[in-house]
Amino acid sequence: MQSKFLGWALLAPTLLILALFGVVPFIYVLFVSFHQWNPFGANPDMLFNWAGNYRKLVFDAQFLASLGVTAAFVFFAVLSELVLGYALAQALMRDFPGKAFFRTIHTLPLIMAPIIVGSVWKLMTTPSIGIIPNILSNWLGYDLNIGQSAWQAFATTVIMDIWHWTPLVTLTLIAALVSLPADPFEQAQIDGANRRQIFWHITLPMIRPAILATVFIRMMDAMRTVDEVLMLTGGGPGSATRYVGVHIFKEVFPRTNYGYGSAVSVIVLYLTIVVCWLMYVGLIAPRNKGKG
Amino acid sequence: MRKGNPWLSVLFWVLLSFLTLFPIYWLFVISVKPAIELFSTPSVWLSGDLYWKNYADVLNDRTLRSYMVNSLVISSGNAVLCTTLGFLACYALSRFDLPGKESVFFWTITNRMAPPAVFLLPLFLLMTQVYSIGDFKLADTRIGMILVYCTFNLPFAIWTLRPTLDGIPKELDEAAYVDGASPWNVISEVVFPLARPGLAVTLILTWVFAWNEYLLAATLTNFNARTLTTGLSEYVTTTGTNWGIMAAISVFTLIPALIVFSLVQRHIVAGLTFGAVKG
Repeated sequence: MQSKFLGWALLAPTLLILALFGVVPFIYVLFVSFHQWNPFGANPDMLFNWAGNYRKLVFDAQFLASLGVTAAFVFFAVLSELVLGYALAQALMRDFPGKAFFRTIHTLPLIMAPIIVGSVWKLMTTPSIGIIPNILSNWLGYDLNIGQSAWQAFATTVIMDIWHWTPLVTLTLIAALVSLPADPFEQAQIDGANRRQIFWHITLPMIRPAILATVFIRMMDAMRTVDEVLMLTGGGPGSATRYVGVHIFKEVFPRTNYGYGSAVSVIVLYLTIVVCWLMYVGLIAPRNKGKG
Repeated sequence: MRKGNPWLSVLFWVLLSFLTLFPIYWLFVISVKPAIELFSTPSVWLSGDLYWKNYADVLNDRTLRSYMVNSLVISSGNAVLCTTLGFLACYALSRFDLPGKESVFFWTITNRMAPPAVFLLPLFLLMTQVYSIGDFKLADTRIGMILVYCTFNLPFAIWTLRPTLDGIPKELDEAAYVDGASPWNVISEVVFPLARPGLAVTLILTWVFAWNEYLLAATLTNFNARTLTTGLSEYVTTTGTNWGIMAAISVFTLIPALIVFSLVQRHIVAGLTFGAVKG
């Protein structure tokens, strides 16, 4: 309907910035991933070793295990955040005294940096000096020791993630809900639809794009979580919470294994893109096309 | 939209607020305790004298004050830049028939997927050696950080704004064009007011992501553009962490964020203009 030139002109600054700060570094990482390179190792030079890093990571048990726990972490955290976030967004659509106040309270976890969140949760959950293990053992007789129990450590990182990021889901869904036109809802009520019917047939289809966009963002952020988990559990006990972001961090920083770390990053990025692309093609794109 | 006892809602939110606020309350508790008490058996309630020295130390630290200013400038600049560019990009993606635009849309988000640790090195090399104008280098400057943060915030803005813009009926634009409006008029006077709730949420969230970022800031800044989150980590040392000071700084970081939130949140209200188009 408009000149294509104007459309590309509006996109140009975005594309330029992302190319300079996203694509160029990626090309560098891709280049390094084909080399054996540990700048602080015995041989600090970059040695070209074909696909050696990639061959190594296919058999790297620690990396494969980290992929598995990451998938579980992303699944439990993002699903809970979506359900909770939607319920809370709906609850905030009603009118009640002090709504703006409670909405602000609910968004407070978001304004804490992941590194702070990780520290506070670490202090709250450290066995014997943390407040949560104390409350649990004194009041309920339940032992929480995230330094020893693998699944308790895993569950704690999931709960921390839910506490920290549910507000993001709530906020984006509120933005979608307040933008909905009132007409279809009024019409449905006149036609005698009940609440469940309204939810499945009107609300859900209308905010589906917003839900999918939010799930996408949360999924990919959860996949690359580093600071919070590193602070809380350091990836342990064992490798129970060694998510891929943490795995790469440990490969690159303490061990300065840049070549191998780059290869792992490229593969993780590739896997993330494939998973997201499949979801995108399957769930979002058909709808956009239908709209023309 | 729906009816119900409003006081039940209040009760529900009060209970939920206790859960939400507890870790933040605990942060405060840590900030007013001397280090030695952190390692005794904890109690939920504050008792005895509060130890305010941590706050005095933070307030008297001139470096931390400059970090605070850097954080404010960088996150505000980045949020405004990303929301504006994202809004324009989404207008193009939503309204123009561009070849391959869905691929471009998907490609933008791939920039957010990269695991951060490895990308620090190329960004550091680029900003210290390649991206420069004369003597001006991007590394350790506020403008440099504003641009770098676009890699994760700009895709986010585009992805949260796209549903909003797709939801605004095209008929409104077309009617305005028929009346002789320029594209700029349509964007600023027709689309912008209707997209306000989405823009407000995007602005808040991009601001928060920039405010909280740690790894990039820790690698790409030295002193001039150092942010509060990196200031925090300076208290984690090999000889132990000064939790009290760290908690006190964290409490300070909450204040500007609260102000920004309350300023922007007012715009998250339903647009009334939708009745203008009957389906």
